[in-house]
Amino acid sequence: MLFRKEINEKWVNAMQHRKIATLLSIIPGLGQFYNKQFIKGMIYFVLTLSFFVAFSDLLDMGLWGLFTLGTEVPRDNSIFLLAEGIIAVIVTFFGLAIYYMNFRDAYKNGKLRDENKPLSSLKEQYHNLISQGYPYLISGPSLFILIFAVIFPILFSFALAFTNYDLYHSPPAKLVDWVGFDTFKNIFTVDIWRSTFFDVLGWTVVWTLIASTLQVSIGIFLAVLVNQKDLRFKKLIRTVLILPWAVPGFVTILIFAGLFNDTFGAINNEILAMFGISPIPWMTDATWSRVALLLMQGWLGFPYIFIVTTGVLQSIPSDLYEAAIIDGASAFKKFRHITLPLILVAMAPIIITQYTFNFNNFNIIYLFNDGGPAVPGTTAGGTDILVSWIYKLTMQSSQYSLAAALTILLSIFVISIALWQFRRTNSFKEE
Amino acid sequence: MHLGTKARKNVSLAATYIILAAVMVIIIYPLLWTIGASFNPGNSLISTSIIPSNPTLAHYKELFAGKESLQYGQWYLNSLKISVFTMIGSVISVSFTAYAFSRFKFRGRKNGLTLFLLLQMIPQFSALVALFVLAQMLGLMNNHWLLILLYIGGQIPMNTYLMKGYMDSIPMDLDESAKIDGASNTRIFWQIIMPLSRPMLAVVAMNGFTGPLGDFVLSSTILRTPESYTLPIGLYNLVNDVMGASYTTFAAGAILISIPIGVTFLMLQKQFVNGLTAGGTKG
Repeated sequence: MLFRKEINEKWVNAMQHRKIATLLSIIPGLGQFYNKQFIKGMIYFVLTLSFFVAFSDLLDMGLWGLFTLGTEVPRDNSIFLLAEGIIAVIVTFFGLAIYYMNFRDAYKNGKLRDENKPLSSLKEQYHNLISQGYPYLISGPSLFILIFAVIFPILFSFALAFTNYDLYHSPPAKLVDWVGFDTFKNIFTVDIWRSTFFDVLGWTVVWTLIASTLQVSIGIFLAVLVNQKDLRFKKLIRTVLILPWAVPGFVTILIFAGLFNDTFGAINNEILAMFGISPIPWMTDATWSRVALLLMQGWLGFPYIFIVTTGVLQSIPSDLYEAAIIDGASAFKKFRHITLPLILVAMAPIIITQYTFNFNNFNIIYLFNDGGPAVPGTTAGGTDILVSWIYKLTMQSSQYSLAAALTILLSIFVISIALWQFRRTNSFKEE
Repeated sequence: MHLGTKARKNVSLAATYIILAAVMVIIIYPLLWTIGASFNPGNSLISTSIIPSNPTLAHYKELFAGKESLQYGQWYLNSLKISVFTMIGSVISVSFTAYAFSRFKFRGRKNGLTLFLLLQMIPQFSALVALFVLAQMLGLMNNHWLLILLYIGGQIPMNTYLMKGYMDSIPMDLDESAKIDGASNTRIFWQIIMPLSRPMLAVVAMNGFTGPLGDFVLSSTILRTPESYTLPIGLYNLVNDVMGASYTTFAAGAILISIPIGVTFLMLQKQFVNGLTAGGTKG
């Protein structure tokens, strides 16, 4: 026994255990066998085998499809092939992750042997697996749903941006091809696309800034107003003020669509008529539509800010104000120098989400008047923001690749601004 | 001098009441108008007034008359089913995931968090074509369960972030002393973390319930037959079919969905506010 060990040791000098184990692991399980961890080795081996048995068709077909997008009509449906290809890529990713773990495990245990440390027993390994695997176990189902419902669709859309998938290149009659960055190039070079893109982007930015700032300011203003000590009926007032938040948003938007209607809406017929103002074309004139949308979003969006601000206000210690009163500060000064800074600091993350929310606020734009009024010669209406334009391109004019390319641009835009903001407000520093 | 400040105070208080009264009128008017419209005879809104001279229940009856294109009862049940299951699914998956991210150090943790942060910024429905193709490939067009799964997926990133932030504020000492007493991870989760996270659970549940109710895009992509519609699609079609012609019926339908939800909201308001303020101020 001792003799065998000595020989072993000598051999090791030439070639360390960790190197051999890692090298052998090219065939999963073999490295573990070498480390005399037979059961673990078997698990890796069987896992690999079943991976190939289960997925070989999918991988073969999927990767072929991903590269070619089909060669023959009507046998191949490019879009289904693309979907299978992306699933194949996701599966491959997980396969490689397991493969990598296999290498790491063999290397780690080989190293332990090199250092003459004992390897963990099967029982210990089992306990390790349970305790280390616990977070994976409990977040696994969520990850699976996330891959299926969010990550796969996003990858798919991103891939579409590099194809020519549209009404004229549409399965099953036609094949779809990879075209690289052509669609992106077209957005910036084809005149009609470029001008539409910048018009829509411009309004999206203006919409986001004004609508969000409006709802945030109204919310804070009303919260401060209601928070005054001498005010009575606070409870009743607060309940009424949060009503717009309590009623489902799609319902209120559709109600407003009726109220603002050019011909039968109550705003033109009753309110404006009462003041002797002639009817305003809320639905058919782009500028007035925009005004209406901003007013509506102010109405819809302020209660949330109102509620949160109220919570923050109640947590501000009153001695701060007492000191200010002794110094003879006016109400406005107290607000400007004590209340507002405290609110803004405490609520920065919530305020930022208002901006990202409005940037993607599809419902109000689409449900109010379909992003209209229509603008002749373009696919975007007068009040379309990027997301509603993308929706129209997809659902109404079948320009899928253009829609996908715009999705990528939009994502880059939102993510970079949000990351910049998060970093600035430092709420990210904990991680 | 003393009188002067008091007088000024009264003036400013009076101004406050006037402003608040105006705001309350602006808030209540559209809601009252809708209630009025739902009781107004006829379909046209031109003759509508807030207090109808001869109120009728005809529009409410029409909702349940069983017309092919107007299956309000069915839509209501569909929406309720989808919302309830999305809520349950998101609460379960979000709290488990948040627990993992809040309490354990494991490989991929940091990348996972960054991924969640990025995913919550890309609107899910920008992947419309993909979801449409997915539904077709799986033969699950018009299937509510597919939609529920998609909604749960959409809820996970942002809510996990909120929930993780909230759980981080629960002191670790509690876990550790429980562990010394021999409690398993799962037991700590159910008996310590979950009860203490109640305000944020209320927020996640609310997001899960109202998310599907506020969604028009995903549902209209996957649900194509009138009997599978949810309320947002159904009511949108009601308003837009022949603009204005069935607006009073829509108003009746809007009232029937808004009142139960609004009342629940106002009742549970306090719970949400606690969670939101805590989550918002801690990031």
